[in-house]
Amino acid sequence: MAHDSGSRSFDLKAMLRDERFWKIAFQVITLLVVLLLLSFFLGNLNRNLIQQGRAFGFSFLRNPAGFSIGESLIQYRPNDPYWRALMVGLGNTLTLVVGGIVLTTLLGVVAGVASFSKNWLLQKLSRVYVGLVQNIPLLLQLFFWYFAIFGALPNPANQIGILGLAFLNNRGVYIPWASSALLAILGIAATVGAAIAALFLWRWRTKIRIETGVGGQAQSIALAVVALAWLAIITLGMNWTVPAGVEGGGVTGGLRLSREYVASLTALVFYTSAFVAEIVRAGIQSVSKGQWEAARTLGLNAGMVMRLVVFPQALRVIIPPMNSQYMNLTKNSSLAFAIAFPEIYSIATTTYNQTGRPVEVFVVMMATYLTLCLLITVVMNQFNRSVQFKER
Amino acid sequence: MTSVTPDSLSSAPPEILALGPVAWAKKNLFSDWFNSLLTVIIVGILGWGIFRLVSWALTAAQWQVIPNNFGLFMTGTFPSELYARIWALLAVVCGLAGLSWGVLGRNVSTLFSRSVLIGLGLVCAFIVLFPPTRPSSLKLLPMVALVAIAAVAGRQVGRKFPGIGKWVSLAWFLSYFVALWLIGGGLGLTPVSTNDWGGLVLTLFTAVSGIVLCFPLGLLLALGRRSALPVVRLLSTVYIELVRGVPLVAFLFMGQVMIPLFLPIGSRPDRILRAVIALALFSAAYLAENVRAGLQAVPRGQREAAMSLGLNTPTTLGLIILPQALKIAIPAIVGQFISLFQDTTLLSIVGLAELLGIGKSILANPAYLGRYAEVYLFLAVIYWFFCYAMSLASRKIEEKLNTEH
Repeated sequence: MAHDSGSRSFDLKAMLRDERFWKIAFQVITLLVVLLLLSFFLGNLNRNLIQQGRAFGFSFLRNPAGFSIGESLIQYRPNDPYWRALMVGLGNTLTLVVGGIVLTTLLGVVAGVASFSKNWLLQKLSRVYVGLVQNIPLLLQLFFWYFAIFGALPNPANQIGILGLAFLNNRGVYIPWASSALLAILGIAATVGAAIAALFLWRWRTKIRIETGVGGQAQSIALAVVALAWLAIITLGMNWTVPAGVEGGGVTGGLRLSREYVASLTALVFYTSAFVAEIVRAGIQSVSKGQWEAARTLGLNAGMVMRLVVFPQALRVIIPPMNSQYMNLTKNSSLAFAIAFPEIYSIATTTYNQTGRPVEVFVVMMATYLTLCLLITVVMNQFNRSVQFKER
Repeated sequence: MTSVTPDSLSSAPPEILALGPVAWAKKNLFSDWFNSLLTVIIVGILGWGIFRLVSWALTAAQWQVIPNNFGLFMTGTFPSELYARIWALLAVVCGLAGLSWGVLGRNVSTLFSRSVLIGLGLVCAFIVLFPPTRPSSLKLLPMVALVAIAAVAGRQVGRKFPGIGKWVSLAWFLSYFVALWLIGGGLGLTPVSTNDWGGLVLTLFTAVSGIVLCFPLGLLLALGRRSALPVVRLLSTVYIELVRGVPLVAFLFMGQVMIPLFLPIGSRPDRILRAVIALALFSAAYLAENVRAGLQAVPRGQREAAMSLGLNTPTTLGLIILPQALKIAIPAIVGQFISLFQDTTLLSIVGLAELLGIGKSILANPAYLGRYAEVYLFLAVIYWFFCYAMSLASRKIEEKLNTEH
């Protein structure tokens, strides 16, 4: 500025021309407007709640819930408190989300890779699947699976048996399962542990073979031992119970997956996989054609080109949008309440209907879903870091 | 590099490629044993599925539920003596659509190319042959004619006054209020309570309202999140992240139950209004992220160039940054609109009788007990048609706006 600021007194015109003033003024005004709106809304809320005689507070969560829940992972009785009912809902949501994420990843990647298949039929099938499923609302698909497909299965008296190992009827799907929950958890833990151990051993073996050109036999043997140990635990240690049909209809033993759960899972997986397939497709397309050609020139066959060269590079593009698809799946799992699967949203609305506390229930629901989404984001960010380009 | 050419082949003409269906099938379906196996398995499963579906559709399915309730599917419990108003609304939309088509295509040599004529013919044949629409074909055929006539008129007017595009946009904007007036009544028309709004009309109305409301809001949020002003940025970010962490059902629930609580004691906005507000507030957060991606894709130099030409922040944004950002973001924005359209199905959960809601209430009628597959397939076709049309339009716009070489 040309003039000396000390000798001049306050100059309104100069200030109005100064962009810095407007920046601060604009922020102050925005903040004031937001605060005014918030205080208006929260003031109204407070007055409304006081008028209804229900001041804000979470102590009602300790009152007995008084409603029963169809299926739950943990012990639950109707006179347990509301927070325990909500925990049951959270458990059911988690089974849906975890199962959904695993199956969606598998189906989505297969469908995405299939759109590059040399087989014309498979390629077109993948495209039709994506174009069909993406353009039909999830809720409609959910109703379709629940009422029109799984609802049309025969009643328990005429149930369908699959090789005597699993049964289907209009009450649900029955599959072989470990005889106790503890054993089932043990089995899942063993599977995850074995997978992680195998991955590390495989990487170690590859590293040795790349660096020295020979060796790695010890690691190969260790891999085989891990595989055998896992197989032994799964086949012998789990004390499997196989469902058995009862005379006159019905099933004993095994694990019953309710029709609500199976329908929700199917709808969620089919819907989300279509989006995942598009992401995988875009990711594979982002790998330059030279990579394909170079890999083919080195003598790799089509499957190896995809597995060893193209897909690892595509992962860099695929992982970030997968995060939002997993989050969508988590949030969409709340739709399962429309077919009466007792997940957290369903329990929360029941709680609201009984207690008349929308604000508190909404806060609990919001916190739950935000936490789940945050967890997914943290895990996916870790994974993302591991597949990105290693630069200096 | 040295190239090795076998002597015996060096002068021979290139091998003639085998053509014909057998060669095609060999290349695309049976190139090796794995491919052949895949083909056999897929043909087996698909064939079985399609056979089951067709035999069900032709024998076991009872399709009367669709024509018997066609009025309900389209307009819900809207009083049938006032159907003329819905027809008038359809006429307005058809006229405007034709006009826009004509104005947009004013530089095309012929509006009615062969494929368009075939399409129009198919639509007319469908209207006459499809049982549910057959009773109203005397009203629907003139609508098709109206589109064609308006297109021709629009082309003539568009050639004479090249600036007409703005007025067509304005007409679309005004048509929204005409629609509100025709559906809701008032101002000389018999009022229709919002409890009687329903079916496809309500689905389209809520979707359009949601889109109209969420677009400016999403734009502001995106600009706010990219803003250099910390307070604005923080507020926008908090809003976007909070909303994106919550499922839409929870949000609609909040809209139905909590909006009255946030307002002064005793005021209770209409439930359709509450649903539309919740839908728009929800979609705005997602739209903001799409627009933000577009904003990030505009090179920094554009802003600096605009600034150095002496434009201030609002004009830089409005004239330089946003046009480029929105162009990049069009596919994502249309994708968001498609999911908003699909999300209107969730309004059936909070008790509105939109397309899926009316389907549920028809299925609750003892006369149509267990007709789930028929009703849901019919609804799926309707939703699929609208969503697919939107994504097709998005692809066309994208091609048109793609100025890169």
